[in-house]
This record gives sequence, structure tokens and C-alpha cells, in this order.
Amino acid sequence: MKSKISIQNLNLSIGKNQILKNINLDIPENQVTIILGPSGCGKTTLLKCLNRLIDLEENVTITGSIFLDNEDILHTKSDLPGIRKKMGLLSQRPYPLPMNIYDNIAYGLRINGIHNKHIIRESVEHNLKQVNLWDEVQHRLKEPASRLSIGQQQRLCLARGLAVKPEIILADEPTSALDPLSSTAIEKKFVELKEEYTLVMVTHILRQARRIADYVVFMYLGEIVEHGTADEFFNHPKQEKTKAYLEGIFN
Amino acid sequence: MRFLKNEKVLNVFLYLFLGIILAMPVLLIVGLLFKSESVLHANSLSDLLFSTEWKPFQGKFGFYSYIYSSVLVTMLALLISVPICLFAAIYLTQYAKSVYLKVIQPVIDILAGIPSIIFGVWGILVIVPLISHYVAPFFGIETAGYSILAGAVVLSVMIIPFILNILLEIFKSISKELPQASIALGATKWQTIKYVILRKAFPGIVSSVVFGMSRAFGETIAVLMVVGNVAQIPKSIFEPGYPLPALIANNYGEMLSIPNYDSALMFASLILLVIVLLFNLAARMLISRYETKI
Repeated sequence: MKSKISIQNLNLSIGKNQILKNINLDIPENQVTIILGPSGCGKTTLLKCLNRLIDLEENVTITGSIFLDNEDILHTKSDLPGIRKKMGLLSQRPYPLPMNIYDNIAYGLRINGIHNKHIIRESVEHNLKQVNLWDEVQHRLKEPASRLSIGQQQRLCLARGLAVKPEIILADEPTSALDPLSSTAIEKKFVELKEEYTLVMVTHILRQARRIADYVVFMYLGEIVEHGTADEFFNHPKQEKTKAYLEGIFN
Repeated sequence: MRFLKNEKVLNVFLYLFLGIILAMPVLLIVGLLFKSESVLHANSLSDLLFSTEWKPFQGKFGFYSYIYSSVLVTMLALLISVPICLFAAIYLTQYAKSVYLKVIQPVIDILAGIPSIIFGVWGILVIVPLISHYVAPFFGIETAGYSILAGAVVLSVMIIPFILNILLEIFKSISKELPQASIALGATKWQTIKYVILRKAFPGIVSSVVFGMSRAFGETIAVLMVVGNVAQIPKSIFEPGYPLPALIANNYGEMLSIPNYDSALMFASLILLVIVLLFNLAARMLISRYETKI
């Protein structure tokens, strides 16, 4: 198992609150890694460290290293947009950009310097097909994206992320605002996508984790309690806390 | 208040109070129209609006130079204040630490609360000499300083707190996740501001500009003190002008022995009101057209 991202001795505080404590973790390539844990355990913060969105917060002190293909992206001199481009982000709720459906996908290409209309058109079609949205929107590409349903918007956001050709997809509870059908669509897509991408998904839905996880990380109060392959984690948990969480008697 | 518990009575009351609010602008316009009837009878509408001939003793009231001054002063004031407010608001909400916003908020409130006469005095003491001694000579122009430019500078300082306040609220109301979505795609901060935040904020920006414009257009005393009050079509912004509110304030109660003069001043008020209403209407249309696109 080759690791795509390697987190070493990561500590993070906001003001005087330590949010992440000594995180050491290897995220395997071309697999679905699920980060589990109760609310407020630092899952989202960990995710934000990976694509450096954490830089947008105030009063953050951060130590340690995050290696992406042997480059330390926490202490890199190379440009941040370039790093972020490698990681698509799917957030809790969809945030379509204030433009039409077509431009929502074209945006990522245009800011990265691609202006060839033919290429953009192809990418829009290809990526909308990737997320099974093409049939629903192909006749209304010039309509504002905000008119789509929430489930459609989330798939649009996934397509928008895929269009910039990332290597990793980060997802922060991507189905929490969606109806069961749309959730299943996203889950299925994730399993398909691991052929080409490395996926990291934060969730607190245990059943969802069981359905799609290859590798599981369990966090509690800013620390990693246990991590391992899905089989190990769900069937032979080592830590008492993990057992309690899996049995639902956790508090 | 027991009778208010009856739903029907309550409904009647609510409609009544709503009616009062809706009736106010209508009553204003009807009242002004009624009062300006005699000057409208004596002069054609196109003469009133587009003639510069201002000879009250001969019954000739051409408002063109006043309208021109009003529009020029207001537009120039917006040209100065809108960019300042826009960049300040972007900086405060997107770049600066949140402490700055907390410090600037009371400053804005204080600025907004200063009586306009103080801005007028400040204009006379600071802006007028500044223009006469430094700015105009720099362009090789001689002027006493009482000018369209002086009026516009004073006006812009007066409307900055209002425009800035609205803009700050608008930028603050955009959820943090929206720009994050753009940044996560590999956009730079400036690209995100330009293509995402400003787009999202556009209807609000238009509203804030029109609000500032409405305030500037009707502002009287501070402008009147520095603008020179000469009824002419100014050839440059260093020449004096004579905006509509100044005309009304300077002459109402003074020259009313001249026939039709009070009616003409009422008509001037009507022009002010109608222009402000038209701008608001245009902004509404612009916003609603835009909102079908995003």
C-alpha cells in the first residue's frame, strides 16, 4: 500500500486551544480514507490542513509536516494555489459559485489559464457526465447554478472540483445536507473515483463509513485514537474507545 | 388593547399603518405637483428642464444649469467615494484582521453622525483653500476655490460612512465557504474577490451606490457653503455651480413676491425627487435583471 499523504507530528492550536494533538498518519493512494469521530474532534481542521485552507483562519499556530508525494506542503515555497489545485474539496453544503452552471465548471479551468473554448466545453460535458448530472442539465447550462436542487448542486460542486484534475478529493461530510438518493449517488461515485483519485472523507455517519471505507481513522478530542484498514477497524478494533464508539455506547 | 385580540380589527390596523407608509411618497409627489402647477402652466416642460434662461422677473424659469450642477456634483462625489469605500470594504472584510473591523465600526458611526453644517465649515476652512492654492494651480487654473470640485469633495466625505457601512454588511453576509470553494480550486485570493465575491455582492454594491447617490443629491447646506452658487454651466470642475437644493434653500422665503417663484421652487423639489426616484428604479431593474443570471 503506497501512501499519498504522510502527516507527521502535526500539532495545531487556534489561540490557546489546541485543536490537533500530535497527528501521525499515512493516507493510502487510490483508496477511500474515512475520518470518523464525534463533532468537535478536529476532523474538519485536519482536512483544512491538507489543502491549506487553514491559512485563512486567524491566530493559528501549526507545527509538524504534511508530505504530499515527498513535498512538505506545510513548509513549501511553491505556490499555494498549485497545491490546492491538486486537492478537490467537497464541503458540507454545496456552495455553487455565483454564475451559471457552465461557468461553474469552466471557472476552475479559466483561473488556471485555460481559455480554449473547445477544451472548456469538452471538460464541462465530460465532468458533468462523470457525476451523472449531464442528462439533467444539458439543456439549461446557462441557468444560474443556484436554481439546481441541493443534491444537484453537490454533484455540480464535485464536477467543478474534478475539472481542475486534482489528485486527491477531500470531502467534509459531503452528504449531510442531502436526501438519501443523492447521498447514495455521491457515495457510489466516490467508490468509482478511487480508481483515479485518492479520497479523504470526513463523516460522522458510521454506516456510511462501513459502506465505502478502505481505510479508517478514528479521532477523538484532537487525537487519533486508532487507524487501520476497514476490516481491521470495524471487525477487530484494538482500542476500548473505538469499540465503544462502534457499539454506540460512546459519550 | 383587548380589542386588538380580535384578528379582524388587528388586520385593519396593520393595513392602516402600512397604508400610511405607502401613502407618504405619493402624497409628497402629489403635493409638489399641485404646488408647481402654475409654473408648469406658464412654461413648457422642455423649457423648464432644458433651458438655462433663469429670469424670474420675466417669468422665465430654466432649470438646466441647476440640474446640471446637481448631477455633476453628485456624480463626482460618487466617483471619489465609491472606489474608496469599495477598496476599504474589501480590505476590511477579506484581508485585515478582524480587530480592524471592530475599531473602524465606531469611527464610521461617528462620521455618519456629524451634522452637515460641520462638513460645510470644514469645506470652507480646508477644502476651498486647498483647491484655490494647490490643486487648481497645479493644473494651471485660477479659482477662488468655491467650486463643483469643493462641493464634490465635501459630499464624498459625507456619504462615505453610509456607503461603507452598507458595503461592509454586504461583504460580511457572504458566507466564508463560498470564497473557500474558489480558493480550493486553486484560485488566488484576488481572483476569488474579483470573480466570486464581487459578483455575489454586485446587487448590494449597486444598492449602496444608489443610496449614497440619493443622499448626495439632496444634501443641501454643506454643498451650498462651498460650491459657489453661480447659475451657469460650469466648463470645468474648478468653476462654481448651483445645485438644486442650494437654489431652494437660498431663495425660499426670500423672493416669494415674484410671481410663480414659489411654484418654481416647488418644481425644483419635484425634479429632485423624481431624479432620485428614477435612479432607484433603474437600480432595482439592474439588480433584478442581474439576479436572473447568477
